[in-house]
Amino acid sequence: MQSLNPVLITDSQPIANKAFLLQFNRTFIFKPGQIIGITTQKEIAPRLYSICSTPNDATVSILYTIKEDGVLTPQLSALKAGETIWITQPQGKFLFDGKPSWWIATGTGIAPFYSMFQSGQKPLKLIHGGRTQNDLYFHQEFQALTDYIKCCSQDSGNGIYAGRLTKYIDEQESLPPHINYYLCGSAEMVVDVRNLLIKKGAEYHQIITEIYF
Amino acid sequence: MSKSILFGKTLAELNEICKQIGLPGFAGKQIAQWLYQKEVYSIAEMTNLSLKSRELLAQKYEVGLEAPIKVQVSADGTKKYLFQAKAGNFIETAMMPDNDRKTVCVSSQVGCKMGCLFCMTARQGFQSNLTAGEILNQYRSISEWAEITNLVYMGMGEPFDNIDEVLKSLEILTSDWGYALSPKRITVSTIGIIPGMKTFLEKSNCHLAVSMHTPFEEERKKLMPIEQVYSLEEVIEHIRAFDFGLQRRVSFEYIMFKGVNDTPRHVKELIRLLNGLRCRINLIRFHPIPDSPLQGSDDETIMEFKDTLNRKGIITTLRASRGQDIYAACGLLSTKELVKKQEKDY
Repeated sequence: MQSLNPVLITDSQPIANKAFLLQFNRTFIFKPGQIIGITTQKEIAPRLYSICSTPNDATVSILYTIKEDGVLTPQLSALKAGETIWITQPQGKFLFDGKPSWWIATGTGIAPFYSMFQSGQKPLKLIHGGRTQNDLYFHQEFQALTDYIKCCSQDSGNGIYAGRLTKYIDEQESLPPHINYYLCGSAEMVVDVRNLLIKKGAEYHQIITEIYF
Repeated sequence: MSKSILFGKTLAELNEICKQIGLPGFAGKQIAQWLYQKEVYSIAEMTNLSLKSRELLAQKYEVGLEAPIKVQVSADGTKKYLFQAKAGNFIETAMMPDNDRKTVCVSSQVGCKMGCLFCMTARQGFQSNLTAGEILNQYRSISEWAEITNLVYMGMGEPFDNIDEVLKSLEILTSDWGYALSPKRITVSTIGIIPGMKTFLEKSNCHLAVSMHTPFEEERKKLMPIEQVYSLEEVIEHIRAFDFGLQRRVSFEYIMFKGVNDTPRHVKELIRLLNGLRCRINLIRFHPIPDSPLQGSDDETIMEFKDTLNRKGIITTLRASRGQDIYAACGLLSTKELVKKQEKDY
């Protein structure tokens, strides 16, 4: 078992349908893109979540959605400020190297990119996918990016590309050469997008992926 | 109302069921013997339970064995079984005969979350975890089950992403009240989920196989996203710290990709990484999946790679390719059959 340390929740708020932002005081050093294990009780194995705050923030923020058949997230969502959760040390190597890149995310897969973005790191383009704009967490903050593409499969208008992000990528005449592609989201999205990028000419070693499990 | 399935329950779970429905304390072990040591398909056949006990049990439970819905037979004798899973998905199982051995390769999940670049199952995304009963059914419900000598957890899915059900299935396979198989005839393969691997090492005596595929971190990240989370170096560190004893084996699976991981540089790094570790490497030929950017190494390169490692003291074998004419590599058949009904979340 990874070593677990108790921390007090400082805030826990719903930010969209089934999506919550959990915060606690930062007691460790981490890099944008890293993950942390969280559990509500020492007896329950921790689950891994990307950190979506910056290394300089006093509090650590974690974005998660409730899995109704899950063990942990229904319990997490019921906790209030002042209650205790257990965390592991930060880990993970999904780190941005600063080279020209596209960031591509769906769902809570946006979390590591939000940490990177809030830390001053920027992509050439961010392609953000969800069913509706409500599923594009932090989309208002990301508007500050030069090239921010909001793809919604069940929404339109207001600067939204109406369609899945795979459709958006497939419609690009060509991909920019010599850039990297950072992907974060469900395994299905990551695999679909990776295959699509390769089909459109990207080399597999240009693609850096983070998966949820 | 559908009945709960008894097949796949551990002795402790069967005892609990007996307690809940008012059966005598010894009935749990009797039921386990009927489920795992005798060929019964219904509760009515469990004749050393009283009629009243059988009636009570049958009110809420059934045995729950499921026959395969499809079987393909390769020219080399390999069979590929397809079992129906929930929601229009499929479970793949392979049975590979080899002289006096018959090995069954079981799946632990429908689909997979791990997203490995070279894997066909990854293209299904993740559908569901299998229960211990669904895992064991792949062994018990194939026609050769009584002749099976070895089991490998190398089918669809990552076993340590479903560790609780995998451990239950291993308990049933190796307990004297279950199938009483030697743990030395069972190998569980992982891509290196460290918490699950540690639990497995502590709670089971079965062999461990780790999918390595390259000793270099940056290369492995591109082939296997798990490297971002649990690095191979950490995996090996944990393996080194564990006492495997003399009987238990750890092996590393290594698919040979042309020009990617088959060079002298890789041999050198493998020797450095595995220095002093009692282990073996299983080289595997890569049979390209559709639209893959990877190609398999040629035979000459593979043999040179193998011979060099053996000369340097690392026991290295080359796994025979089986069932190529029936898509026996995991994921190929079920991905072909998969009817995707669920909406994508992006």
